[in-house]
Amino acid sequence: MAAALINVPAKAKSGEIIEIKTLMSHIMETGYRHTVSGEVVPRDIITSFICRFNGAEIFRADLFPAISANPFITFFTTATESGKFEFEWIGDKGFSETASASMTVE
Amino acid sequence: MQDESTRREFLTLAGGAAVLAVTLRPAEATPAMLASAIRNVAGSAAVKIGKVKLDIPPLVENGNTVPMTVSVAHPMAPEDHVKSIHVFNEKNPQPNIGNFYFGPQAGRAQVSTRIRLADSQKIVAIAKLSDGTFWSASVEVVVTLAACTEEVI
Repeated sequence: MAAALINVPAKAKSGEIIEIKTLMSHIMETGYRHTVSGEVVPRDIITSFICRFNGAEIFRADLFPAISANPFITFFTTATESGKFEFEWIGDKGFSETASASMTVE
Repeated sequence: MQDESTRREFLTLAGGAAVLAVTLRPAEATPAMLASAIRNVAGSAAVKIGKVKLDIPPLVENGNTVPMTVSVAHPMAPEDHVKSIHVFNEKNPQPNIGNFYFGPQAGRAQVSTRIRLADSQKIVAIAKLSDGTFWSASVEVVVTLAACTEEVI
């Protein structure tokens, strides 16, 4: 059900700064919207995003209701060695998803 | 005299209407909440203007998805780097938009995402450096279609 889109270059030169693009499909319900009958729609958002490379954390984000639905986050890292990126999204109602991508450094 | 009193009445009415408009929207961050949210991050340290670049369209048609890029003109060396970027708003129900933390090997202190804006307002980005200084940038954004306020059917 959960769909993560990850864009990481498959190959990079050592020392190159590469861009990582991530998208996780999620409603990101703010908790501020009402139904027609006046009930508040409960908050349901992703609260935390973490990216690790070979186990070491390289980027982390705290998300708030002001982040749009299907959070799209792009950031950078320096390519030093071949390895695996691991992505983790954690949110309300026990939401937890992971994804990974490999990169070869020449 | 007649004119004067009519004008006064009009101003009183207009003022009353403005107060009513404000009280009808309780779930709205205020500049005071913005300031306190910034204090929560920066503590008592001075927040200087500069280094940070906040890239966001000045005129937004749809407040539900506003592309935003924050970058900091600062090297990312292990001994001297940007630790985090914090983005705040003035008039959404909550003053926080997002906190982004970088490791020393991040390469470039830049992050892009899409945000929601409930009203035309000021957006503030603050960068925390490893030497403990804080730098900021702010942009005024005009929003024609607001986020968060539409009803669910």
